Amino acid sequence: MATTYTDARGYDDAPSARARFQELLPKLVLAPSVVITLVFVYGFIIWTTYLSFTKSRGYPVHELVGFLNYTRVWAQPRWIVAIHNLAIFGILYIFICLFLGLLLAILLDQRIRQEGTLRAIFLYPMALSFIVTGTAWKWMLNPGLGIEKLVHDWGWTNFKFDWIVNEDMAIYTVVIAGVWQASGFVMAMFLAGLRGIDQDIIKAASIDGATLPKIYWRIIIPQLRPVFVSALAILAHLAIKSYDLVVALTGGGPGYASDLPSLFMYANTFTRNQLGMGAASAVMMLLTVAAIMVPYLYSEVRQSSRSGR
Amino acid sequence: MRAKLLTVLVAGCFGVGLALSAEQQSVEVVHWWTSGGEAAALKVLKDDMQKKGYGWKDSPIAGGGGDQARTVLRARVASGNPPDAMQMLGFIITDYAEEGLLGNLDSVAAKEGWDKVVPAPLQKFDKYKGHWVAAPVNIHRTNWIWANKKIFDELKITPPKTFDELLAAADKIKKAGYIPFAHGGQPWQDATIFDSAVLSAGGPEFYRKALIDLDKTALTSKTMEKAFEQMQKLHGLLDPNYPNRDWNLASAMVINGKAAMQIMGDWAKGEFFKAGKKPNVDFLCFQYPGTEGSFTFNSDAFALFKVSKEREAAQFTLASAIMDKNFQEQFNLVKGSIPARMDVPGDKFDDCGKKSMADLQVALKNNAMLGSFAHGHAVPEGLKGPMIDVVTNYFNKGGSPAEATKQLAAAVENAK
Repeated sequence: MATTYTDARGYDDAPSARARFQELLPKLVLAPSVVITLVFVYGFIIWTTYLSFTKSRGYPVHELVGFLNYTRVWAQPRWIVAIHNLAIFGILYIFICLFLGLLLAILLDQRIRQEGTLRAIFLYPMALSFIVTGTAWKWMLNPGLGIEKLVHDWGWTNFKFDWIVNEDMAIYTVVIAGVWQASGFVMAMFLAGLRGIDQDIIKAASIDGATLPKIYWRIIIPQLRPVFVSALAILAHLAIKSYDLVVALTGGGPGYASDLPSLFMYANTFTRNQLGMGAASAVMMLLTVAAIMVPYLYSEVRQSSRSGR
Repeated sequence: MRAKLLTVLVAGCFGVGLALSAEQQSVEVVHWWTSGGEAAALKVLKDDMQKKGYGWKDSPIAGGGGDQARTVLRARVASGNPPDAMQMLGFIITDYAEEGLLGNLDSVAAKEGWDKVVPAPLQKFDKYKGHWVAAPVNIHRTNWIWANKKIFDELKITPPKTFDELLAAADKIKKAGYIPFAHGGQPWQDATIFDSAVLSAGGPEFYRKALIDLDKTALTSKTMEKAFEQMQKLHGLLDPNYPNRDWNLASAMVINGKAAMQIMGDWAKGEFFKAGKKPNVDFLCFQYPGTEGSFTFNSDAFALFKVSKEREAAQFTLASAIMDKNFQEQFNLVKGSIPARMDVPGDKFDDCGKKSMADLQVALKNNAMLGSFAHGHAVPEGLKGPMIDVVTNYFNKGGSPAEATKQLAAAVENAK
């Protein structure tokens, strides 16, 4: 690098081909990934959107049918259940993860011994794949194998914990497994945020006589706003696209009681030969993600331009 | 890392070289028969091909039910590189034939007289517009009940002939502390029960009208409500932990004497044999009550893709090897099903297999050999899915049978 720099300097008044190449190089290097992203992300988004307006069944066809696929998707009780479940799962998953993550981070931030070990323990679930998490929780939550049987064997025979086989409660077991997996990761994000806070402000506040809870509530947590936003964005898209966790944990059942839009989309696109309907549901999922991500990206861009970066 | 890359490259070149030299006389077969017994059975076919001088390029894609295999096939077809033959089920064959992708086996079929030996209801799936496009391997029956003989003997129960007798027997079993029915709460398993319930409630003609012809009056009739009522009653006879249980675990419950019966296709028989159990000694096989004389089936077949003229010879040889009596016998002895051709002697088969073969003859005479709805031999996938949604939702959630029939008809309407 250093030699090329002096070379360029040597021909200062007339920029050489080499200097121009130097200027072009970053663009050239980035070009393939830009092209790949354009084609495989945005190109396919457009393709899927187009398919959702066609009569495609097993293979793409180009006969346009307007919003027919969308009305057919909404006419299916299973889609309605999936949307309801997404609302329940999404809201509970995001908020419990945020709450637990923040709580754990604050507790870990008290300069305790063995912090590194504890941090690793809480973070470990994130290293597992969703399939493993789902399968392990499937066994633990199964009334005939797991927690319920254990407590029964201990002697409390009227203990009941059968959510996973209960039509109305099955979706909450997905929340449990999801929270178990992700809250450690959220904790790590918050912990990083906490470590970045200027200790002098906290010292000043405590000199002014603020109690510790008050310092956290009034000073520290408000400063963590960017972490909240990032965590929210990550958790929201994890919630909307979660698929493998449900497949392994409940298989979408009992019946289709714990179905999610992603399962619906996969079933229609790949096993039911309803490419059009699958595409329509995919587009609606994309719009849901966009509804969350676009304001986030917008605020990010605005902030960075304001701070002059 | 580099060494590894090199090995891959070298292996790749070799692979290409070999493929080129063997291109003319080898057949590529995509299938999902990867489990021990099935793979061994397929080896019979492979050896047969090799004896006739053709190579066999095995392309197994694991995953029961073949969803993964079909996804891969879709990609290969889209890129214009289909295999010679692919294992397929029911309407999927028709789907590919409609796309004009399958070859024509008429010359082999005529020479070997397939029309005479393959049951007509099966031909419906292996032929497209009167031309043979696939070679069937087996016939599975789905309206079976598998029962633990020890429990039946202990409680002095005989195989029930009517649904009410079944309920009475189940009641006895429950009182004795056993689970009457082992079941896995997955949509396709719920639908397997539905097959039998519809057949039992309305008989073969009704089954055909409702689930194959999708006749609206049949779908919304009182008879259909009765089928849903049967489902509801059966639901009360399961253990509470049934949701999302795999079918073979449910079979294990019957094998171990925890549960008395399982409603499942005859692939369940393999589980019993694996556990060292013998038919009519350790376990019983009988039809779902009210479905005697009828036979709901699903059948595996190898669909042959359209290939260039010079490769046709290899394909025809494969098709004829699949239809070979010896292969059909060997394969089905392992698979638990019965041969797709009716002229294979049944003396090597176990009692349940013999019964299946005899019942098939009766069902054919009564025009009661019917494609299984749950296993994709009654309606195409696009219709089957939403219909199964209704069935599984009702089975697990309960509700009024009248409401369920309405939903079923609505699902059919919406998916058409």
